[in-house]
Amino acid sequence: MKKLTVFLASTAAALALAGTAANAERATDGDLKILFWQAVSTLNPYLSGGTKEIYSSSLTIEPLARYDQTGTLTPWLVTEIPTVDNGGVAKDMTSITWKLKPGVKWSDGTPFTAEDVIFTWQYCTAPDGGCAQKAQYEGVKSVEALDPTTVKVTFTEPKYYPYSAFVGAQSPIIQKAQFKDCVGAKAPGCTSANFGPIGTGPFVVKEFKPNDVVTYVANPNYRDAAKPAFASVTLKGGGDAPSAARAVLETGEFDYAWNMQVEPEVLATMIAKGKGKIETAFGTQVERINLNWFNPDPALGDKRSTKEAGPHPALKDPAVRKALSMAIDREVIDEVGYGEAGKPTCNIVPAPDIYISTTNDWCLKQDIDGANKLLDEAGWKKGSDGIRAKDGVKLSFLYQTSTNSVRQGTQALVKDWWQQIGVASELRNVAASVFFGGDPASPDTFQKFYADVEMYTNNFDGTDPEKYLAEWLCDKIPSPANGWQGQNIPRYCNPDYDKIVAELAKTGDLAKRAELAKKANDMLTAEGAHIPLIHRGQPSAISNTLAGVNMNAWDSELWNAADWSRKK
Amino acid sequence: MTDATTAAAPQPPARSLTREIWGQFRKHTGGLIGLCVFIFIVLAVFVGPYIHTIDPNKIDIRAKNQGPSVLHPLGTDNLGHDMLAQILAGGRISLAVGITAMLLSLVLGTLVGVISGYIKKLDGPLMRLTDLFLALPLLPLLLVIIMLFRDTLRAAFGPETGIFILIVFVIGITSWMHTARIVRGDVLAVKSQEFILAAKSSGMREWRIVLRHILPNVMSSIMVSATLGIASAIITESALSFLGLGFPSDFPTWGRLLFDGANFLQINPSRVIWPGLAISLTVLSVNYLGDAVRDALDPRMLKR
Repeated sequence: MKKLTVFLASTAAALALAGTAANAERATDGDLKILFWQAVSTLNPYLSGGTKEIYSSSLTIEPLARYDQTGTLTPWLVTEIPTVDNGGVAKDMTSITWKLKPGVKWSDGTPFTAEDVIFTWQYCTAPDGGCAQKAQYEGVKSVEALDPTTVKVTFTEPKYYPYSAFVGAQSPIIQKAQFKDCVGAKAPGCTSANFGPIGTGPFVVKEFKPNDVVTYVANPNYRDAAKPAFASVTLKGGGDAPSAARAVLETGEFDYAWNMQVEPEVLATMIAKGKGKIETAFGTQVERINLNWFNPDPALGDKRSTKEAGPHPALKDPAVRKALSMAIDREVIDEVGYGEAGKPTCNIVPAPDIYISTTNDWCLKQDIDGANKLLDEAGWKKGSDGIRAKDGVKLSFLYQTSTNSVRQGTQALVKDWWQQIGVASELRNVAASVFFGGDPASPDTFQKFYADVEMYTNNFDGTDPEKYLAEWLCDKIPSPANGWQGQNIPRYCNPDYDKIVAELAKTGDLAKRAELAKKANDMLTAEGAHIPLIHRGQPSAISNTLAGVNMNAWDSELWNAADWSRKK
Repeated sequence: MTDATTAAAPQPPARSLTREIWGQFRKHTGGLIGLCVFIFIVLAVFVGPYIHTIDPNKIDIRAKNQGPSVLHPLGTDNLGHDMLAQILAGGRISLAVGITAMLLSLVLGTLVGVISGYIKKLDGPLMRLTDLFLALPLLPLLLVIIMLFRDTLRAAFGPETGIFILIVFVIGITSWMHTARIVRGDVLAVKSQEFILAAKSSGMREWRIVLRHILPNVMSSIMVSATLGIASAIITESALSFLGLGFPSDFPTWGRLLFDGANFLQINPSRVIWPGLAISLTVLSVNYLGDAVRDALDPRMLKR
């Protein structure tokens, strides 16, 4: 099956190649203007985990294989994707062998070899290096060159999903000759290398002003003689999302702008000017409301939201958790805050297609009466103030999220619906830099969760949800003991769930993996660890004069910039 | 001063000080208009919700982004909130915060300014304290204050009152310094004049000198900083709310309405115009009001 999709993808790519190569020539289409409203601070993605750095560097440096717009692995600097069937992956899943494309050159004209691939691994895993993408190389025991165009990656233990090192925009190959003196603690000091990495990609960095603008020119040694169509790229940073959208859609000063988090009706008025369009790539981002399974009562002091505080007095009742979800009209949230850039969901693993479950689709339809009935039956009686209570416990929740006009709109809507089922909520919004800042001293981080419910978006990298589903294991609960570093934010704990995830880690067969992942996903929503709201896409503004853009949520959005051209 | 007493002597005793001030105030046209506008805003904001009875937090998603209509005289926002109701509710909070925070900073500033201007020994330490407060970085200070006291105040007074007290306190405590500086300068100037010396040599108590002779003479500058204070308090509150440090998002204030509306400027300009107009009119009317009160209270003009 996998072989077939790879085959299909490569034929499609070949067709596309043939289609554009017929009339294209390198560097004939002038300047491509890209706007990133969060400015780029470095062009070395190994020194910054930020999306903007990963995207901007993807114009110059490339990985061995990438995900295309459907999430399928596509060979990039290699001849084929190694699988067990073609012998590229060892039967016991402990090693993977990549065959590099012959004749690929760095932009300075020197040949691209297996040594560079090995060096990239050494660079990122060097002690004191502070490599931001270390997770990509987790479990890698060694990387060795069998010959100048063959690289063998060996894992410490069987790895059932071996495509993480050197795959995707997060782990591109850097040139050994350029970075050899920049390993470990010396890495951040190599300014000229970090600000202008030599790569195999379609463009070469000409000038870089940190936190302002990057200019690129076409790579004279790019492996396809007809590409890229643009002679240069200007990547400008700064501003905010609405003004970036305006620059592309309304004034046409720029060709491409990334991350358009703007209310749909505002975008609609800009699109009406006819200069551009919004395209959305759906990855795995899900906006969700996490329910706190532990008691966050401030009276408990430092113990709140930890195991010592005990279960949440109201949210421990499954009926309450389900009623909260039933009362929400996801369609309306989508319409008001997201428009084209979102769709209602009841899953925490919303993509790729093989992992999509439909078991919990009951939540897509708002059911206020049903929720009221459920709470009545569970013994929560409305008081004189219209708020339900049972045994002295009131259904009144502190609802926190980060500061963002779309989120505050959602908060207002949800508060209104919960009011209708007799649940009071107090809204709180925290500045995003504090909320997501992870400072263990701050009480307002999403990890500490000093609130009853909280809302934010999370996703997983790549297409495999195994690591992501492992976030809800009992031992991943954040607590003072682990410096609040666990990812199990709702503090959900169920031994049955742990068993499913453990099984997933030991399963190699894709269909079986999908089945287990669905089971785990269904369990989380059904048991009410969280309330999934919206499957969020990544909307970008694209000028009508730009051709060849293929929005990709699984890799860099600029992954196929070599194929972009100006419409004539 | 001697001719002032002779000029005051022939006046009939029935004409009290209050009437005299009012008479002086009426001569200031701008002040009168300012007073009317300010009273109108205060009345609208506090009485208005009894006439326009829509709940400001009621969401009617089908009626979003509407223009003015009989049901929604100022239209609706992108969630279907009634804008008029939001502006009236927002005005109550903004005005209450603005006036209370201004009063707090005024009292603090005047106290520090008068003491440091009048008592030479305390001048140095108090002015260094003022320097210290001026040098404090506002935002980290706010973060710390809010982190330390939010939950305590919330438990003691409930979420609304708790955050109100906190915000008024935070704005008051961080904006008194300029008043203190100005008042101190004026006190120093007034202190060296002969009538103070005369009052002192006649055996008047110090605090009476401050109250009867110095304060009326520095009232003009206090009034000016008060009027400016209301404006900056309203703006600071909105900045705080915007950063998520102020009132929860379901408590509309003028500043928050303005921030929220900015993105919708093209679709629905009235979302920005009305709250903006409300802030501007309040600030302007209070400014004129302060101007007129200053003129009316100025002893030199009074005795002319």
